[in-house]
Amino acid sequence: MADTVAARPGTTLVEEDGKLLLNMGPQHPATHGVLRLVLELDGEIVVSCRPVIGYVHTGIEKTYENKTYHQDVTMTDRMDYLCPLSNNLAFALCVEKLFGIEAPPRAQVARVILAELTRLNSHLVWLGTQALDLGAISVFLYCFREREMLLDIFELCSGQRMMTSYIRPGGLYYDLPDDFAEKVEEILRVFPPRIDEYEDLLTNNELWRDRTIGIGKIGPADAIAWGLSGPSLRASGVNWDVRKSEPYSGYEKYEFDVPLGTNGDVYDRYMCRMREMRQSLRIIRQALDVLPGGDFVVHDHKIAFPSRTELATSMEALIHHFKIATEGYRVPAGEAFVPVESPRGEMGFYIVSDGSGKPYKAHVRAPSFYNLAAISKMAEGLYVADLVALIGSLDPVLGDVDR
Amino acid sequence: MGVKREEVALRPVDARGEALPHVGPEAKSGAPGVVLTKLADWGRSQSLWPMTFGLACCAIEMMATSASRFDLARFGAEVYRASPRQADLMIVSGRVSQKMAPVVRQLYDQMPEPKWVIAMGDCASCGGIFNNYAIVQGVDKIVPVDVYVPGCPPRPEALIHGIIKLQEKIQGQRRPTSAASAEAS
Amino acid sequence: MTQPGPGAPPAEPEAPPPPHPIVARLRERFGEEAIEIEEINGQLVARVGRERLIEVATFLRDDSALRFDHLADVTAVDYLIYNPAGGPPGEGRLPRFDVVYHLYSIALNHRLRLKVALDEDDANVPSLTGIWPSANWGERETYDMYGVTFAGHPNLTRILTPDDWQGHPLRKDYPLIEEEIEFTETLPRLNLPLRPVHERSKVDG
Repeated sequence: MADTVAARPGTTLVEEDGKLLLNMGPQHPATHGVLRLVLELDGEIVVSCRPVIGYVHTGIEKTYENKTYHQDVTMTDRMDYLCPLSNNLAFALCVEKLFGIEAPPRAQVARVILAELTRLNSHLVWLGTQALDLGAISVFLYCFREREMLLDIFELCSGQRMMTSYIRPGGLYYDLPDDFAEKVEEILRVFPPRIDEYEDLLTNNELWRDRTIGIGKIGPADAIAWGLSGPSLRASGVNWDVRKSEPYSGYEKYEFDVPLGTNGDVYDRYMCRMREMRQSLRIIRQALDVLPGGDFVVHDHKIAFPSRTELATSMEALIHHFKIATEGYRVPAGEAFVPVESPRGEMGFYIVSDGSGKPYKAHVRAPSFYNLAAISKMAEGLYVADLVALIGSLDPVLGDVDR
Repeated sequence: MGVKREEVALRPVDARGEALPHVGPEAKSGAPGVVLTKLADWGRSQSLWPMTFGLACCAIEMMATSASRFDLARFGAEVYRASPRQADLMIVSGRVSQKMAPVVRQLYDQMPEPKWVIAMGDCASCGGIFNNYAIVQGVDKIVPVDVYVPGCPPRPEALIHGIIKLQEKIQGQRRPTSAASAEAS
Repeated sequence: MTQPGPGAPPAEPEAPPPPHPIVARLRERFGEEAIEIEEINGQLVARVGRERLIEVATFLRDDSALRFDHLADVTAVDYLIYNPAGGPPGEGRLPRFDVVYHLYSIALNHRLRLKVALDEDDANVPSLTGIWPSANWGERETYDMYGVTFAGHPNLTRILTPDDWQGHPLRKDYPLIEEEIEFTETLPRLNLPLRPVHERSKVDG
């Protein structure tokens, strides 16, 4: 019965055995986007939960195939819109793998700093919205206050608060601004006490613990089998972080811990992400200390734009700039799959190139897609109110799920 | 010089095809009902209650607009109502996919009159960068839009500007767009 | 290829490097014919026939030297207008589809890409939901986007596009369906006389 989508949005249906078929979403304050859950309820307890997705299916993968790689960078921001720089990074790394090149050292360190700032940004939104769902509204306001500081840095670098398109194949879009280090130092100074503030409000709060401990448990074997990744997986005790196992962009040079949980419930996922925020600050500190000077993008003008000063003096540079901007660069034929650790888990780009300026296929391994599939396993036996906590703890971003 | 245009009177009709009562600034000022109408319009514009209708990335900027730095609440949007039956403003923030389109229409229909729609962002205004099979090219193909706020995503200040424009529209104020047309009107 | 260091003995003709342990194990179990393995851009790609897919997948998950416990992704590639083996540009390859599985071993930290080639009129492959439950949604998406069916899937329905959608969007013969943007050549022109510049900003009427 739950397989046939009998209930139209906004209606309920009572089945023969007294169970209620309730529709939650796609417009709902607590579904973190346009997620629709078809719930079969026995009173207040969820008997089965079937997510229906596709309400923000954008056809991004089809559009990738019809635009040049340069144009595709802007679309990568808009998939998982809470961590746009991570998406940029995954795309850039995959294209660089197809070229067989590496970004210069300055770009690599800058990428690490920006990726970790993005992780902070994403976790702040997660914390704010999860707390908002469970009634702790002030935490939402505090998180967004801190987030504004991070968005100021992104705006400083790229001109855009969210959809920066700053990390591009070959390096960065433009050099880091002069006051970048100073602003990041301010973040490193201001954030630790603020994270302490959130923990003060929530971690040992009896109401928070009551609503999150023991809710939505999933064991390690099940979590792996269902394709979970990221903090949702690590909360079950599975030690897998792409930054540690398949390091990219110089992550092997930095010392950081990977927080693990034990029970795999909502509280453990919360604690994993809180600790990850602190580890992110640790990585940013180390990266900022070693930020070298030098090029911010590879010198190969078949891939990356020449610098503005070169454009004024060199004819070849001008031609290359024109060609890249209009036709796009040609990526050697081949295929590659490169994963990165996005705030949600393992995000990877699988690009098949036919040697032309447009990808033949660019597919995204979306972490939220697989994380959300597991909700039907985790939601059985929960109260409807706990379901709200569960959705928040999986941190799905529907742009990533539906692409 | 100039193009001859036909004046076509558009009569607003409701879903059943019956004419809606015409309330607007053309009524002569000073007439008894007009003062109350203006007061009602002012009241409605200063207490717009948006519906929680975040679709995609623009929703995050909408949340940032309602957070403490930009604070939409000082413009009257004190609460976001989840139920369309209690809201009067639908801010379509994000891309509308083909699957979501009937839902958007249904939610719009469920909102009681008077209601307004802001198309926030490029995707809601015209389909944005996603000109393909999956995205409705502009939410105005489904619901009538009052204010379009461009941007991808629009800055919170841009959204606030859009809301102020909507408030002016509700109150029946028309702002000239250039000095020349201000003289002419 | 690694170069011999300064103190090494004089170079003999280089022996081929030892095969990757995954390759060795798979060849040992299945032989060279049943499973083809190559390396593209430093990543292992294994190709297997549809009839042996379940057997190979179960072995990949359960063998103690392989332990591919994580099915990262299921997708497909439509080779209608490109042949990776070469050939004139614009001409595709038969069989038309490749179903691609990305596997990862959390326990042993290695990756593998598994491919199954399928003909257009027989685009059916056994479902792997019995081996990795995460295949459930990945296979639904591949069905929705490419039209490849998965035998034995508990609920093979469309997942991203609406339920009544016709066609499979990511196939190469499915158009992007772009809306025509204004001021392109194909739209009829209005042929209005141009007003002088200083009058153009006036609102008419």
